[in-house]
Amino acid sequence: MLETIACWLFGIGLAFDVLGCIGLVRLPDVYNRAQASTKCVTLGTAMLLVATALFGVGGNWAMFVKAIICALFLLLTSPVGAHAICRGAYISGVPLAREVSVEDAFVDRARTIRAEHRKQAADIQEAEREKT
Amino acid sequence: MSVKSDRFGRAAACFVAILALWMLLFWRFHWSVILTGVFFAAIITATIGSRFPAGIAKVLNPLRWFYAAIYLPYFLYYCIRANLDVAVRVIHPDVPIRPGIVKVRTNLTGELAKAFLANSITLTPGTLTIDIDGQDLYVHWINIHTDDQEKRCAEIVGRFEPLLRRIFE
Repeated sequence: MLETIACWLFGIGLAFDVLGCIGLVRLPDVYNRAQASTKCVTLGTAMLLVATALFGVGGNWAMFVKAIICALFLLLTSPVGAHAICRGAYISGVPLAREVSVEDAFVDRARTIRAEHRKQAADIQEAEREKT
Repeated sequence: MSVKSDRFGRAAACFVAILALWMLLFWRFHWSVILTGVFFAAIITATIGSRFPAGIAKVLNPLRWFYAAIYLPYFLYYCIRANLDVAVRVIHPDVPIRPGIVKVRTNLTGELAKAFLANSITLTPGTLTIDIDGQDLYVHWINIHTDDQEKRCAEIVGRFEPLLRRIFE
């Protein structure tokens, strides 16, 4: 019974992973691609790990615990990674494809952060020039 | 004094959590495993212990666990819906998207609560948290279908806020 469920989970998880990869190719820009890859690939891979855990039920409890811990860490870290990539992309000036609207407050915020970074880089260069 | 005891509490919680994780990953009680675990837990606590989330004593409250147990299937439902949503958009021949960045406000104040809110938003239909600034979240939305600020907040944040407040605050 458990093995049947695990096999189905393997299948569905792989299907979601494939869809995430197709999205990576078909969607237009970095933000939409991050959406497809985080959602589909996170859930798909978590399903694969849960299926692995189900195979461990009964005999191999170590496998069960390890797979569940891996799934939890995946669910926690993958959105954080997508957030960091998209924030970095916007601040370094990647435009949105087919954009409908971007909040003005966010445009301003990105501009101030960019200016701050530029100032920091200039300060570092200045300091190095003074050293040499 | 209270600052000092708070720092000690954080470090102790960090140490215990990492040691427990180590033991679970090894799944064997042998003195060498425990000794190595203590060694590495001490190193990690020394480096990042001060960044460990405060108020870890909340973990002991069973009511919070009860709400967390409700939250998990609720979140899974939206996660699966999000995947089907993205799948349809990806397979559809026209790739129907109306992307943009919107701002939503949250009432949650705790750092951990906001982090979980942002993660939940990222894994639910069509939204991805790009930035957090105090109480404001900037969200990339793949399908903007309303101009009304309140409707946006209700749709993006409203799903999770009440449960997360009960779990973390």
